[in-house]
Amino acid sequence: MAEIRIENLHKAFGDFVAVRDSTMTVQDGHFFVLLGPSGCGKTTTLRMIAGLEFPTEGNVLLDNDDVTYHRGRERDIAFVFQMFALYPHMNCYRNLAFPLITQGTPRREVRERVTETARLLRIEHLLKRPVGGLAAGDRQRIALGRAIIRRPKAFLMDEPLGALDTEFRDLMCQELRSLHNRIDATTVYVTHDQVEAMSMGDMIAVMNQGDVLQVAPPQEIYDNPATLFVANFIGSPPMNFLDIDGGMDNTGSAKLAGGATVAAPTLAETPTSNELIYGIRPEHLVITDDGPMRGTVFGVEYMGARQVLTIDTEAGRLKVRTGGAVRAVAGETIGLDVTSARAVIFDRATELALPRAPQPAIREAAHG
Amino acid sequence: MADIRLEGITKRFGDVTAVDALDLTIKDGEFVVLLGPTGAGKTSTLRLIAGLEKPDAGRITIDGTDVTKAQPAERDVSFVFQQYSLYPHYTVYQNLAFPLKSPLQKWSKQEIEARVHEVAGMLHIEGKLKNKATELSGGEMQRVAIGRALVRRPAIYLMDEPLSSLDAKLRAELRVELKRISMELGATILYVTHDQVEAMTMADRIGVMNQGRLEQIGTPRDIYLAPETIYVAQRLSSPPMNLIEPSLFGITAPTGTESVGIRPEDITLSQSGGIEGRAVLVEHLGAETVAVLQIDGAQVQALLDPHATVAEGQTVSVGVKEDAPLFFDRDGQRIDAARAGG
Repeated sequence: MAEIRIENLHKAFGDFVAVRDSTMTVQDGHFFVLLGPSGCGKTTTLRMIAGLEFPTEGNVLLDNDDVTYHRGRERDIAFVFQMFALYPHMNCYRNLAFPLITQGTPRREVRERVTETARLLRIEHLLKRPVGGLAAGDRQRIALGRAIIRRPKAFLMDEPLGALDTEFRDLMCQELRSLHNRIDATTVYVTHDQVEAMSMGDMIAVMNQGDVLQVAPPQEIYDNPATLFVANFIGSPPMNFLDIDGGMDNTGSAKLAGGATVAAPTLAETPTSNELIYGIRPEHLVITDDGPMRGTVFGVEYMGARQVLTIDTEAGRLKVRTGGAVRAVAGETIGLDVTSARAVIFDRATELALPRAPQPAIREAAHG
Repeated sequence: MADIRLEGITKRFGDVTAVDALDLTIKDGEFVVLLGPTGAGKTSTLRLIAGLEKPDAGRITIDGTDVTKAQPAERDVSFVFQQYSLYPHYTVYQNLAFPLKSPLQKWSKQEIEARVHEVAGMLHIEGKLKNKATELSGGEMQRVAIGRALVRRPAIYLMDEPLSSLDAKLRAELRVELKRISMELGATILYVTHDQVEAMTMADRIGVMNQGRLEQIGTPRDIYLAPETIYVAQRLSSPPMNLIEPSLFGITAPTGTESVGIRPEDITLSQSGGIEGRAVLVEHLGAETVAVLQIDGAQVQALLDPHATVAEGQTVSVGVKEDAPLFFDRDGQRIDAARAGG
């Protein structure tokens, strides 16, 4: 098992900078997610860690060894491209054993390792079956088994669940994560799907246009996004952004465009800019008759355990996430208030979040 | 606009019964979603209404007129397919205007122009009218495809997973748009999907299909709160509903209960007072937390607050909210606890 460190990693393809001066550490045993839209540099970063691409500048360290210019096969790393690549003419056992056989592993050890891997993935009962007739989930498990059977120092995965439908992807997310918990292998995982990143990652690095914008645990990224981009990219529906009218004097309130004054978090420093944005997550807006904001219900998306309301207010169109029990009808007028302690204030010019003043732990209202 | 009625519709393909004695009425102005997995018979049902397939038995009427044997062109329906089938060499305007230029439609040039602009406005693609179809993003193409159906005013719009090829963000956006447009137009829509979120958020009524049969039909809230079968309950709950033995939480179940369904949001964690369990997996999803809990031999999923202080490996006390359990008999049919009298 291994720690992976990248230092000032830079990759340019001609004039195009794919990865800009990126530094981060993947701790031993962590599930580390590189998250961002297509073209953000996440796959290029992964390929440099794998040795499939060499950086223009900077270093890749594997357990403190500089492997920057080692070829892929000289690094003890398994790369999982697409999990479906199985040999159709071999049965499951042979598919699992293949990477070991090609390495010249003794037969007895191959047998032991296949049994062990099958146990980890709970696919013992499939070993004698041909891969042809397997369900999609079982194929995925066999393919995953073939990656872990070599026991490499680290796993690199590039959107391995991208091709699956939602229901099955949720299931595979849980399986991948619990497999990770069992074998504790350092994993770097690339995806553009924020739900995958949130549900599996110990740490998430959010990237955009070659820059690493924030590296933090999932809930930290969600609660305290460092930039407007991160705040907008993580969360579904995304954070609401409202213009603040004038600046903020940092006395615990903000006047929004349209006139309503809402509670605001106390910031570490009084902002100097007059161009500020009030960011609030849909679940931190509360429907209440005596709230400072008024709005008209535009749409109601009932989902059973939860629902999302789209509300038109004087400050703009907002998404509100609430429990399933609330009854709202399109066209109805409602009042809104905020859970201010969780709001985030951004500077429009720099797109950076302004740090909050240190505060005691926040107590959450009950779900629903 | 008109009522669409299916009576005892059956369609077989060889040995497979795709649609099995289906009765369904879609009222004028209603948005009905057929929900089910691949092979449930949803798309076949749409194609039967459109006249792209002929039923082996049963009757289809549109506004009281029997159209069972009518050709597709003779039925007053518009179809939106999963893949945006646009004319690539046409502009967006031409693509939208095309259905109105059919000799059967008899629209004047001015009427066509007004209508195309109206629909483009609804779908927020007015700025793209002069673009070639190939110069659009995926989301814009699908808007045009939907728009091409909307320019006409048929008795019913038939939509087959029109959003499934779009990314999550765009899908969420178009869901709200489509619902709004349907309300503005007062359109009658039959929409097919395997995505429970789409069904729950857009439908006036959801019909849950399983192996060619309609298991249950009702408003999203009604069928979520009172599913008639295990199958329906599991299709609508996300994360999926927990199915457990009644003994697990010491729940008093009515006679005949074979399994108990508990939705993830109805599982509670506390310091003490419940059943002891262990958290084997915790997913912090931002707005909520999902925990997989091991209790005796069983695993249950709980939907918790975003800042729930549960950690993997931790021992927790697990409870169930009052009145939350759903009871099912051996055939997977729900037993109404109140009516069964305990």
